[in-house]
Amino acid sequence: MRTVFPVLTVIGVIVALWYAACIPMNSPWTIQQLERAGKTMTVTEHIADTWAQERPRLPAPHQVFQELWDTVVMKKITSKRSLVYHGWITLSATLLGFGIGTGLGILLAVGIVHSRAMDMSVMPWAIVSQTIPIIAIAPMIIVVLYSIGVQGLLPKAFISAYLSFFPVVVGMVKGLRSPDAMQLDLLRTYYASSAQGFWKLRLPASLPYLFASLKIGVAASLVGAIVGELPTGAVRGLGARLLAGSYYGQTVQIWSALFAAAILAAGLVALIGLIERITLRRMGMRT
Amino acid sequence: MTISAQNLDLTFQTNDGPVQALKDVNLEISKGEFVSFIGPSGCGKTTFLRCIAGLEQPTGGAISVNGMTPEEARKARAYGYVFQAAGLYPWRTIGGNIKLPLEIMGFSKAEQADRVARVMELVDLAGFEQKFPWQLSGGMQQRASIARALAFDADILLMDEPFGALDEIVRDHLNEQLLALWARTEKTIGFVTHSIPEAVYLSTKIVVMSPRPGRISDVIESTLPRERPLDIRDSPEFIEIAHRVRDGLRAGHQDDA
Repeated sequence: MRTVFPVLTVIGVIVALWYAACIPMNSPWTIQQLERAGKTMTVTEHIADTWAQERPRLPAPHQVFQELWDTVVMKKITSKRSLVYHGWITLSATLLGFGIGTGLGILLAVGIVHSRAMDMSVMPWAIVSQTIPIIAIAPMIIVVLYSIGVQGLLPKAFISAYLSFFPVVVGMVKGLRSPDAMQLDLLRTYYASSAQGFWKLRLPASLPYLFASLKIGVAASLVGAIVGELPTGAVRGLGARLLAGSYYGQTVQIWSALFAAAILAAGLVALIGLIERITLRRMGMRT
Repeated sequence: MTISAQNLDLTFQTNDGPVQALKDVNLEISKGEFVSFIGPSGCGKTTFLRCIAGLEQPTGGAISVNGMTPEEARKARAYGYVFQAAGLYPWRTIGGNIKLPLEIMGFSKAEQADRVARVMELVDLAGFEQKFPWQLSGGMQQRASIARALAFDADILLMDEPFGALDEIVRDHLNEQLLALWARTEKTIGFVTHSIPEAVYLSTKIVVMSPRPGRISDVIESTLPRERPLDIRDSPEFIEIAHRVRDGLRAGHQDDA
C-alpha cells in the first residue's frame, strides 16, 4: 500500500504535464480556426478545444485512451482496424525473432567462452553489428531476403533477431565466465572434463545473467519487428499503423499504436520476469 | 611415503619480474599423518599444497603423491581438496553439492545416495540434505564442503585454511570434529593455517615456512598423544610446541625486521 501513493502521484504528474503541454501545442490550430470563422472563445472554451481536436499535434491522454479502447476492446480481433489484430502480427514476428536471436546468442556465447579464436573473431563483429542503425539495415535485409524468395514473417523476425541476439551474447558470455578461480580449481581437483564444467557449473551459474539479457532482448525484438514493418510499407502490424498514421496525419492513431507497443513490451518483459522468478526459485536461489 | 618433495622450486613469472614462491622444499609425509603448514602470507604454504594437488606446476625438483606425479594423482582422484571458502553451488541442495564430485566421477545413483548419507553423518550434517547453502551457517557450509571432499574416499585430504573465515568458537568446535573425523577415517591430511594453536592442536607434524623466497624453516614432530581433548591446549607440552612454532616463525621473519 505504501508504494501505491507515490506511483499514483508520478502518474498524476505525468498526465497533468501532458494535458498542460497540449494547450500550447494545439492552440495555433484553434486560433487559426477561430480567425477563419471570425469568432472568439473564452479561455476555458479555448483550452477545452485544444484537448478535443480531430488531428491535434499532441493528442490529449483521454483521446489516446479512447482510441485504444475503441481499437482494442470494441473491434472484433479479426477486423483490420483492431489493434489486437495488428498487435498479434507484430507479436508473432517478435516471438519468432526473439527465439532465433536467443538461440543464436547462446550458441555464440558458448563458442566465445570455449574458443579463444571465436572470442577474438566473433565478439568485435557482434559489437560492430550493433553500431549500424537498424533503420538503415532493415530495408537491405528485407530486399535481400525478398530476392531469394523469403518474405512474410521471416524477414521481420530476422530484424528482431538481429537486435536481440546481442544482449544475449554479452550477458551469456559474462554469465558463463562468472564462476571464480576457486570454483574452476575445485572442478580441476575432480579431474572434470570441460563438458562437465559447462553443464554442472558454467551453465547454471549463467542463468541469472541470461534472464537479465532476455528482458532487454525481448524489448529489442519488439522494436526490431516494428522497424521491420516500416520500410516495406506493410499494411499489417503495429509498425504499419504507425506508418499509416503518419501518412494521414492521424496523430491519435500513432499515439495509440505507440502505447500498444509499449504495453506489449512491458507485458513481454514482465512475462520473462515471471519465468525468471519461478526458475531461480526452483533452483533454490534467493531472488 | 604418501607425499614426497625433493628440492622443489617454483618461480612465478609476474609483471614485476619473477617471484620465487618455493625454494628448495624437501618434505616427506607418511600415510595417516596430519601435517600443518604454517607461516606468514607469501611463505608459499598454499602454493605447496597446490603443487601436491597438481594445480601448480613446480619449476624445479621432484614431487610425488602416492608414488605418482601430482598430475597422475589428480587424474586418479587421489585427494579431496577443501578451499578457504565453502564454494557450494547455490543452485544445488547440500546433498546435491556433495553429490557433485560423485556425478563427475560416474558413481551409480544408488552409490551416490549411500555415500552422501554416509559423509553427511561423518560431518554431523545428517538431516540437512535438502537444505540450500544459504539456509546454513558458515561453519555448517564449510562442513558440507569437507563432506564433499570426503565423498569419493580419497586417502588424502588437502585443506587450505578451511576455517580461516570462521569465528574462534566455531573454529574450536570444527577443529575437534576434524580430529575425530581424522581418527575415524585414517586419512592423510595436509592443512594450511595462520593459527599457531590450530596447527599445534591438530597436527602430528608442523611445517613452519617463511617468505621471500618461500621455504621451510622448521619441521616439528608433535609429541602430543593422538587423543586430544580441547583442554590439552593448556598443557605444558602444548605450550612448549607452540613456543617452538613461534620461534620458527620469528626466525623466518628476522630479515624483515
